[in-house]
Amino acid sequence: MFTPSVTHPIGDFVRKLVPDAMGYVTPYLPQSVLEYIPAANSVVAFLINAVICIIAVCIVAIGNAPILIYMERKVCAHVQCRLGPMRLGWHGTIQTIADVLKMLFKEVYAPKGADKFIFYLAPMVVLIAPFLVLTLIPFDKNMVIANVPVGIPFIIAVNGFGILGILLGGWSSNNKYSLLGSLRSGAQMISYEISFAMILLFVVMVSGETNLLSITQGQEGTILDWWIFKIPVLGFIAFVLFFISSTAELNRAPFDIAEAEQELTGGYHTEYNGTAFAMFYLAEYINLVTTSSLATTCFLGGFYPPLIGVEAVDSVLMMVPGFVWFFAKVYFMIWCYMMVRWTFVRPRVDQLMDFEWKFLLPVNLVLLGLGGAYIVLFG
Amino acid sequence: MKKKNMTVSRYFKRYLKRCVTGPVSLVMGLSVTLKYFFNPKRIVTEQYPENKKTLKMHPRYRGRLEMIEDAEGNNKCTACGMCEKACPNASINVLATKNIAGKKVLGRYEYHFGSCTQCGLCVEACPFGAIRMSQAFEVATTDPTSLDMILNKKEGQG
Repeated sequence: MFTPSVTHPIGDFVRKLVPDAMGYVTPYLPQSVLEYIPAANSVVAFLINAVICIIAVCIVAIGNAPILIYMERKVCAHVQCRLGPMRLGWHGTIQTIADVLKMLFKEVYAPKGADKFIFYLAPMVVLIAPFLVLTLIPFDKNMVIANVPVGIPFIIAVNGFGILGILLGGWSSNNKYSLLGSLRSGAQMISYEISFAMILLFVVMVSGETNLLSITQGQEGTILDWWIFKIPVLGFIAFVLFFISSTAELNRAPFDIAEAEQELTGGYHTEYNGTAFAMFYLAEYINLVTTSSLATTCFLGGFYPPLIGVEAVDSVLMMVPGFVWFFAKVYFMIWCYMMVRWTFVRPRVDQLMDFEWKFLLPVNLVLLGLGGAYIVLFG
Repeated sequence: MKKKNMTVSRYFKRYLKRCVTGPVSLVMGLSVTLKYFFNPKRIVTEQYPENKKTLKMHPRYRGRLEMIEDAEGNNKCTACGMCEKACPNASINVLATKNIAGKKVLGRYEYHFGSCTQCGLCVEACPFGAIRMSQAFEVATTDPTSLDMILNKKEGQG
């Protein structure tokens, strides 16, 4: 029987609790049922653990999205010398919730001539990838749902669902702008996925692990043990390249060719409204969280505090729990993504592809080679 | 986009040059937005109905036209009619009259706010600095006749 490693303390607690609870029921059960009880115990414990996992993922995903939307509005506003939402609640904090409610109460309908089945399937397909990636991320030492040994290859594989959803949505909308947007974004995301995967492979190569928890644990120690600083210059270059390719993966400006409001009136989600549109939006923001979490795990030391080697400071930093550090780093990364989004202009489609195939990919290959050389010489 | 006589070495030279200049320009752009982000004083948005009492309009704001008058209510207008000619939508009628000495002075300065676009061309055209755009911005009204107004309180001094 597969035993899921839900947050180990809770998982073990449930696995211990279920047989005890079943002990109260067994006297009243007939003899023929009793022989199945040990198997039933593990199944029940498995199901309870699975429910806990699902709830935890949903809380992280759906709880983060309104915060991120509010943050995006505020960051965007302050970059543009504005205030952003101010009226509803303290500094407009309830504004996002009001918007979400408005979105949920809207009618969902498909345009005339659209392929209804695929049209409604697409937003759900888009949501698969971020939720699956969230299960792999170690938020703390014991806070990882699926501690699979092939973490990073799994993430690279699963990320393809995002492209599939966008292509399906654009194709089935029966709208030329949607189709153009989805085709552009398909080309873009498939190209940038190569450099995205290569940077992750660089991390895998230098750390010698594919499991995300092991990669994090390989960075224990001071701030200089994080992968961004551990390899003198290469780590930082790899981090910057990861940042660029993941921005393109997220379809965020400056690489928001897929949406490109000014050219395509919203791209692949032009025809979506109400809950279906909200799902696209939600996927975008959960993807932001997962990608920032990946950057945190692979480069910024995951859930370890930024120790600087001074005893007095370190003891204070160590008192903060790991997941607080993790989310602090994740939100810092998200803030970086937002600053980049609201600063830079969108390149043309051909410039975008040029950038990937003529710059990012060669640099990535060179970086992989240099990483190998580093391992051979110093590793 | 490529030039015709682009040799390989020149292509690579340009490629390497852009590898340096590109990030530099990006960092410069980012520094501007970071400056804006961390400096709340730069924000120009006004929380209008809440700060109605303390709101001070920008000095270059163009509200409705008004006459510059001294303490006794005298204006500098000579009824030359330059503003009337400058006005693109004929919102100004300068009606001259003659004073006791027989000199042409300003009689009535009629201003039709309803057709005014607050372009400020009249202020630029005025050779005597007799008019300006006021800071008033709450100018909505339910009475259309109140939009036709006479700006001068006294006859012109000539």
